[in-house]
Amino acid sequence: MLFILFFITSKGISVINWSFITQLPKPVGEIGGGISNAIIGTLMLIGIATGFSVPVGILAGIFLSENRKGRLASLTRLCVETLQGIPSIVIGIIAYIWLVVSMGSFSAFSGGMALGLMMLPVIITATEETLKLIPESLREASLALGVSYPRTILKVILPAGVSGIVTGILLSIARVAGETAPLLFTAFGSPFMNLNVLKPINSLPLMIFNYATSPYPEWHTLAWGASFILIVLVLGLNLFTKVVTKRWKVQF
Amino acid sequence: MNHSRAEVLVLGAKTETMRWHKPTLSESSFRKILSMTGAFVLLLLLAIFFSLFIASFPAIRNFGIRFLFSSTWDPVRSEFGAFPFLVGTLATSFLALIISVVFSIPISIFLGEYSAQGATPAFIKSMIELLAGVPSVIYGFCGLFLLAPLVRILEGRLGLAPYGVGIFTASLVLSIMIIPYSASIGREVISLVPSDLKEAALSLGATRFEVIRKVILPYAGSGIVAGILLSLGRALGETMAVTMVIGNSNFIPKGIFSPANTLASVVANEFTEATGSLYLSSLIELGLVLFIVTTLINLIGKFIIRRMGVGG
Repeated sequence: MLFILFFITSKGISVINWSFITQLPKPVGEIGGGISNAIIGTLMLIGIATGFSVPVGILAGIFLSENRKGRLASLTRLCVETLQGIPSIVIGIIAYIWLVVSMGSFSAFSGGMALGLMMLPVIITATEETLKLIPESLREASLALGVSYPRTILKVILPAGVSGIVTGILLSIARVAGETAPLLFTAFGSPFMNLNVLKPINSLPLMIFNYATSPYPEWHTLAWGASFILIVLVLGLNLFTKVVTKRWKVQF
Repeated sequence: MNHSRAEVLVLGAKTETMRWHKPTLSESSFRKILSMTGAFVLLLLLAIFFSLFIASFPAIRNFGIRFLFSSTWDPVRSEFGAFPFLVGTLATSFLALIISVVFSIPISIFLGEYSAQGATPAFIKSMIELLAGVPSVIYGFCGLFLLAPLVRILEGRLGLAPYGVGIFTASLVLSIMIIPYSASIGREVISLVPSDLKEAALSLGATRFEVIRKVILPYAGSGIVAGILLSLGRALGETMAVTMVIGNSNFIPKGIFSPANTLASVVANEFTEATGSLYLSSLIELGLVLFIVTTLINLIGKFIIRRMGVGG
C-alpha cells in the first residue's frame, strides 16, 4: 500500500503545477498541457450522479426502514443487494442501451446516470441502516404531539439520522469518482473543455486509462499526474468521511 | 444532550405543524411515494436484466448455446464464441483468488484473533480500508508500469516469450485488489467466534495454534468461504485493471503467462468499435453472462453470511 502511494506520489508530484490543473491537454508531440477538462468533467459527472441517486436513494432507504417486513420491501432489499454486485462494465452497457442509443450520442448525462446507478445501492443501504438505529420513542413522541406522519419522518427521523446518510453519500461518491468502466461508452471522453451535459465529456479515470494505454511517453507523464490528483481526491474523501463519522455519530 | 437534541427535533416539527395549518402531504400519499420508490428499485433491476436480454437476443438466436462453447471470435466473419473469454475470466479470477487467500486468511486471523485491539492492527485495518478505496484504473496503471516489467524479466528467466502482460500479471493485480475484501469479511467472521468456545479449548490444554486450527477455522469456515465468494464476484466483474494488463488476445490462452481476454475486458475494448448489430449484441450477451454469474455468486455469498449472523 505504502509502496503504491509512494510510487504514484514520486511520479505524479513532479508533473503537478498550476498550469497542469488549469490547461487543456495538448496534442501529441507538444510539451506541457493540463487536465482541466478532466477535472471539470469529473465534477460534472459526480454532480449529475448525485442529483439522481440521492433523492431516490434516500426515499427508498426510508421505505425499507419503515417497512421492515412485507413482500415488496424484502424483494426490494434483495434487488438493492443484487444491484450492488453488478459489475461496473454491465452498468455501462445498460446506460449505453438506455441513454446513449436513445439520445443518439455519447454524453455527460448518460455517464452521470451510470455513476448514479452505482451510487444508488450504497445510499439506500446507508439510509436504511442509519434510520433503523433511531429509537422508536422519538417517532412516538412526535406522533403523540399531533405531528403528521410525513412530517415526522421528514422533520424528525431524517434529521436525526442525517450524519449517517451523509456518510453514505460521501462514501458512494468516493466509490464512483474512480470508476472508469461505466464511462467508457457513455461519457466517452473528449480532449476539449466541455460544459454541455449532452456532449461527450472527459473524466480523470477515463483520461488515465486512455493515456496510460497510449504509446506516447508525454501522455504517460500526464497520466501519472492525473493519477496523483485522483488518488488524493478519493483517499481524501475517504478520510474526510471517517472524520465526519467519528465526530458526528448518530447516538441515542 | 441526546435527549435535548431529540426534543428539539420533535418540538421543531410540532411548532411547524402549528404554524402552517395547511395540510401539506397526506399520510397515504406519502406512503405511496415511499412504496413507489421501493418498487422503482425493483423495476430497475428487472429492467436491467430484460434490456440486456433483449439487446443480446440477436446473438442468442443466432448462436444459441454454442455461443458459450465456440472458440472463434472473429468480427470480420461475424462469428462469435465466448469460450476464450470464459476461460480467461475463470483463469484470472481463480488464480487471483488463490494468491489472495494465501494472504487474506493470515491477515484476518491476525486481526480477528491475535490482536483485536492496539495501534498496529488499527493501522493495518485503516491501511486495508484505504487500499480498498484506490480506484481500479490506478491499480491497472501501476500494474502496467510496475508489475509488467517484473513479469517480463521473470518470463525471460523461464525462457518464455516476454510479453509482460497476460493472465499471470492480471491475477497479481486482481489479487492485490481483492485482499482487502476477503480480509475484512474474514476478520469480522473470526471475531464472532464465541469466546467460551475458545476458552474451553484453551482450558483443555490446547495451544493457541490448535485453538485456531481446530476451533476457530471450523467455526468460521463457512463465513470465510462466503468472504472468498464475494471477492470472487468482484474479481469476475473487475474491468479496468484487468483490461490494462491482460494483453487482449482473442484466443484460448495456452498457459498462465500468455495474453488473454476476460468477459469484462473484451467488452471494454471492443464495445465502442463494434460495427454491425450482431457484433454489438454478442458483446452485450457477454455482459449478460457476466451479470448472471456475478449475481449468483454474490447472492450465494450473502446467503451464507446471513446464516452466520453477520450483517452482510
